[in-house]
Amino acid sequence: MNAVWPHLPALQVVIPLLGALLAALLRSGRLAFLLALAVSWIMPLIAGAMLWQVLSSGPISYHLGGWEPPWGIEYRVDLLSAFVLVLLSTVGAVIMPFAGRSVAFEVEEGRQAWFYCMYLICLTGLLGITITGDAFNAFVFLEISSLSTYVLIALGRDRRALLSAFQYLIMGTIGATFYVVGVGLLYLLTGSLNMVDIAARLGPTWTSDARAVVAALAFVTVGVSLKLALFPLHVWLPNAYAYAPSWVTAFLSATATKVAIYLLIRYFFSIFGVAIDLHALPMTEIIVALSLAAMFVASLIAVFETNLKRMLAFSSVAQIGYITLGIGLANQAGMTGGLVHVVNHALMKAALFLAVGGIFYRARSVLIDDLAGIGRKMPLTMAAFTIAGFGLVGTPGTVGFISKWYLAVGAFDKGWWILVVLIVASSLIALVYIGRVAEVAWLREPSPQLAQASDPPPSMLVPLIVLAAATVYFGIDTTWTAGIAGSAVSVLLGALR
Amino acid sequence: MPTLTALIEHYNYVVTIFLMMAGLYIVVARGNMIKKLVGLSIFQTSVYLLYIEPGKIVGSTAPIIDPAFTVYSNPLPHVLILTAIVVGVATLALGLALVVRINEAYGTIEEDEIFDKDREA
Repeated sequence: MNAVWPHLPALQVVIPLLGALLAALLRSGRLAFLLALAVSWIMPLIAGAMLWQVLSSGPISYHLGGWEPPWGIEYRVDLLSAFVLVLLSTVGAVIMPFAGRSVAFEVEEGRQAWFYCMYLICLTGLLGITITGDAFNAFVFLEISSLSTYVLIALGRDRRALLSAFQYLIMGTIGATFYVVGVGLLYLLTGSLNMVDIAARLGPTWTSDARAVVAALAFVTVGVSLKLALFPLHVWLPNAYAYAPSWVTAFLSATATKVAIYLLIRYFFSIFGVAIDLHALPMTEIIVALSLAAMFVASLIAVFETNLKRMLAFSSVAQIGYITLGIGLANQAGMTGGLVHVVNHALMKAALFLAVGGIFYRARSVLIDDLAGIGRKMPLTMAAFTIAGFGLVGTPGTVGFISKWYLAVGAFDKGWWILVVLIVASSLIALVYIGRVAEVAWLREPSPQLAQASDPPPSMLVPLIVLAAATVYFGIDTTWTAGIAGSAVSVLLGALR
Repeated sequence: MPTLTALIEHYNYVVTIFLMMAGLYIVVARGNMIKKLVGLSIFQTSVYLLYIEPGKIVGSTAPIIDPAFTVYSNPLPHVLILTAIVVGVATLALGLALVVRINEAYGTIEEDEIFDKDREA
């Protein structure tokens, strides 16, 4: 154990990478699934151990290959990254058992081993972005996760999956290239790629009219915003989520956009915010305006959507708006609300998309009109769906309420009471689209085509119920979510210039 | 005229930015998926130039230590861009593979025709 302990940061990334290689060599879908399951269950142990280490003795700095930063690549685990690592790996571990049957049902036999290979590569990339302290290394991991994501989406049975994967590839590559242009400008300015070092070197050279710094900030912001689907850069997301295999949608909605949000927070608060005075730029105004647009426009589109998966995808765009709203507010309560919503939204959306995956497994359709009375045929699945759905609305007693409470307090602290009204108003739109599904599912007579439908087998039902229970549990006990998010935020805000 | 002089002195950046914008324009303006990928490739390649140009110092030599030389080029941008080229190749390969599959599924690689087919279906 003592030999492994200091190398946890490297193992967090290396184990899934080696797992991906093995999964490709195994060729059998069943064996690859068991391997992916084993890797997914090891990940939260490593992430949890690092979180414990960070809480007890401060940030971990791991020097890859023994090269001292800023020359070598540094893996840096602080409270924020440990928090996101635990979220990623835990959600991955909880939803993994669901993949077995769902993937066997939705992905062609010969491609299943490749599916798990791609999943493990994607996991490697996402964990890598979160753990690395090197700006260029983050780009490489960003592309590792993105390329595997395009493949995962294209594995959907519908031919539109190919088209959405292609569109995502174009948008995602533009985003990653914008990001790398921003990193390039920072490198030209500072001669360093280590994030901590960039912040330290950028500071002294900065004057409020330093256009190169603003250009770098703009490139990184736009690039990462494309990845996190900030309105109006979200156009790739609804189709990608709608036509990807069900399990992929659940995984991506809970992890991929969240990691991009982490990267944005890292750049705003650990690099640019430390080095320059962000208040000199209209950052808050721009981000709050775009977030509000996301919250209202995407929610309204969701209300009129007939495909359940697409409806939830638009809802994701809206919910990302809440997260970026918190980032835009940039005060203690607002940021805590944004960061805790990263976790809360991951739990709720993973539960909702798993429920949709369960529905598709039994009812063979995700069109809302086909699902009349499905609540009576699949009571546990739809109960979990409804609980997580009311979480999205922000009902007290669920995680959604916690996020919105902190966001509202943050808006109030800033003196923007109108924002509090808008947060409540947008939640009511969520009530409309979730309520519409609940009405169809519970209050109508089951349609004849659902006669054979019943709750899915335990391997699919248990992850779903665990997630739905978590949306209630973390709505009551917030020590591990809002508590840690709050301390991470006070560290970030304390470092601001 | 100071702007013009600045532009001429930094002509390499002008070329880089022209390529960048040309690539991005092709991606946005063309409906043919192969042409989109070509534009995307040009866009990515322009970034390689952005990194490599400042690595060269006037009068410098290759970064191999030798008593006869004192000024060396910065090798780091080259190493970074080697990685970025690999990423670019992988992206292009995956993009082209997707286009092949799209052509098999739809019988066309023109975006508007594909949208029409999906609307009919």
